[in-house]
Amino acid sequence: MAFLEIDGLRKRFGQVEILKGIDVELEKGGFLVLVGPSGCGKSTLLNTIAGLETITSGEIRVDGRQINDLHPSKRDIAMVFQSYALYPNMTVAGNISFGMEMRGVPTAERQKAIDKVAKVLQIGHLLQRKPSQLSGGQRQRVAMGRALVRDPKLFLFDEPLSNLDAKLRVDMRIEIKRLHATTGTTIVYVTHDQIEAMTLATKIAVMRDGEVQQFGTPAEIYNNPTNLFVADFMGSPAMNLIPATIGTNGNALSVVLQREARAPINLPMANAPAGLSAFQGKPIIFGVRPEALTDPEGAERNASNIATADCHIEVVEPAGSDTFAVTNLGGKGVVARLRADANIQPGTNTPLAFNLTKAVFFDPATESRIR
Amino acid sequence: MSAVTTPARQASGGVNVKLINRVVIYGLLALFALFYLMPLFVMLVTSFKTMEEIQNGNMLALPQAPTFDPWIKAWSEVCSGLTCVGMKGYFWNSIKMVVPAVIISTLLGALNGYVLTKWRFRGATLVFGLMLFACFIPFQSVLLPMATILGSIGRFGVTLQNATGTSFGLGNSTVNLVFVHVVYGIGFTTLFFRNYYETFPTELVKAAQVDGASFFQIFRRIMLPNSLPIIVVTVIYQFTNIWNDFLFASAYAGSGDVMPMTVALNNVVNTSTGVVEYNVNMAAAMIAALPTLLVYVLAGRYFVRGLMAGAVKG
Repeated sequence: MAFLEIDGLRKRFGQVEILKGIDVELEKGGFLVLVGPSGCGKSTLLNTIAGLETITSGEIRVDGRQINDLHPSKRDIAMVFQSYALYPNMTVAGNISFGMEMRGVPTAERQKAIDKVAKVLQIGHLLQRKPSQLSGGQRQRVAMGRALVRDPKLFLFDEPLSNLDAKLRVDMRIEIKRLHATTGTTIVYVTHDQIEAMTLATKIAVMRDGEVQQFGTPAEIYNNPTNLFVADFMGSPAMNLIPATIGTNGNALSVVLQREARAPINLPMANAPAGLSAFQGKPIIFGVRPEALTDPEGAERNASNIATADCHIEVVEPAGSDTFAVTNLGGKGVVARLRADANIQPGTNTPLAFNLTKAVFFDPATESRIR
Repeated sequence: MSAVTTPARQASGGVNVKLINRVVIYGLLALFALFYLMPLFVMLVTSFKTMEEIQNGNMLALPQAPTFDPWIKAWSEVCSGLTCVGMKGYFWNSIKMVVPAVIISTLLGALNGYVLTKWRFRGATLVFGLMLFACFIPFQSVLLPMATILGSIGRFGVTLQNATGTSFGLGNSTVNLVFVHVVYGIGFTTLFFRNYYETFPTELVKAAQVDGASFFQIFRRIMLPNSLPIIVVTVIYQFTNIWNDFLFASAYAGSGDVMPMTVALNNVVNTSTGVVEYNVNMAAAMIAALPTLLVYVLAGRYFVRGLMAGAVKG
């Protein structure tokens, strides 16, 4: 039995259904990231776990105990808010110990707990300051300290890094990951940043319009997206989703990509997914991540199915660690990811290697994956 | 050097225009300030003059032999109607009315604002709209119904007195005025606090809930300590209004030794036996105005800050 279980959770505001039957579960010590665009219901889902929003139907269990109707303070959870929500009138120590004070913990015990948390987060020198005298990163730390001091069953993070600048965000991301590794706590984390989701999670739930689109490990989500939305949302730069048709090349099926002012590319496939044969002669969407589309020398050596085709390079973007080349296939800009020192010039025709083992196919009508 | 001075010389035409603008603006401001301060000045100097000096001299002249006698007389001897015991009793009447009325109406307004923004219920907007409506009800239209209600409360007080030996203050004029001012003030105080709490981060309330704080613990530990600017605004507004109120005071406590300051002052000035003692009248008026002045001086710097709170996101 999983540690956190959410079964058929629904939430309705009047006539509008915000959450449409969420089923998610998380093992003890896991790190679940709820990710999706604005308004997909991820924060609402987190608030229902916290008990700050009521649910219309369904069930939430933590460690086998149903917590649907419990008051937030009785759920044995701690929450870190997007704005940190530090009480401006209290010192850092007061902020951290407010929850214990409300539960009637004796002063000596409170002090001991504050000192312990301050040590873990290295905020000992800040304890007597007011939140207004702290920097963004320090506030973030205090907010985590307030959650840590409770030693709860479940940690909830609501977009905790979105108010920080880019560099600090990366630092705090690593810090959260380290915290998770050292304390072994169970965490549910909301973000709209898919890089945070990929780097932190042991399980990701990609959400859209109040539904979980796909639930799985980061690798599953990245390599095996179940539909067009997940494929497009996860990954940076995003997956190339190219309109194509299925043709034949000898006995094998092939992917036919239109090019501007030239004959179409015909990529033969050695091991096409079974469902693809039904689409012969029909349009599909061909998905290939930028790293699976590269110069022939840089292509993965042990991939079983690599096809090379000449492409007209329109733009070259050297990014330092990689070089991105943009070409046009099927009427869309397509990004290829090359080695940093790849010799490639804009305006030339250059052979690019398609790693078809990593390619995925979608039905344009239903937007779901063809397997 | 020349590189620095040249642009300054070129801009000198602009500086002149700026200077003229400044002079005009400050000149006008000074003129209006003078216009407003003139009556206060006349009151002050008159209150320190002797009667002879007033009858002979210039109204704007400074007192030649400053004396505190008019103030002493106003405080402890002046006649209001037929009783000649000074203003001091009525001054304390006003204090006894203002302090509880301000505290109660401010606290109720804060509580209302807190509920209307952080514990929204179905129809919260309607309730707020109706409370806002209370701000537009003219005093006069409340006079008679309120008199009826106060009468009933008074009769209930008499019943209590007979049954238990104490009326719990029901029927007492000061208690009546506190009640009236609290009822009338709630609309305004609720408006102030609701608008302030509307921009108050709701996440703080949620965090406190997760921390296990109860409804009133959140109110007392989180909301109130972070509401200083709006508390100051509300206290100044309520204090000034209730202290200066004449209509309710004269209607429900218009005679005898229960009169608040405003009614007593009116009686002092209207008492027409012998010479009109302008110096004493002015001193009495100054005494009546002092508490509101004091509140402005002590809390004034928070006033503008509080009025602006919520106007711009901080």
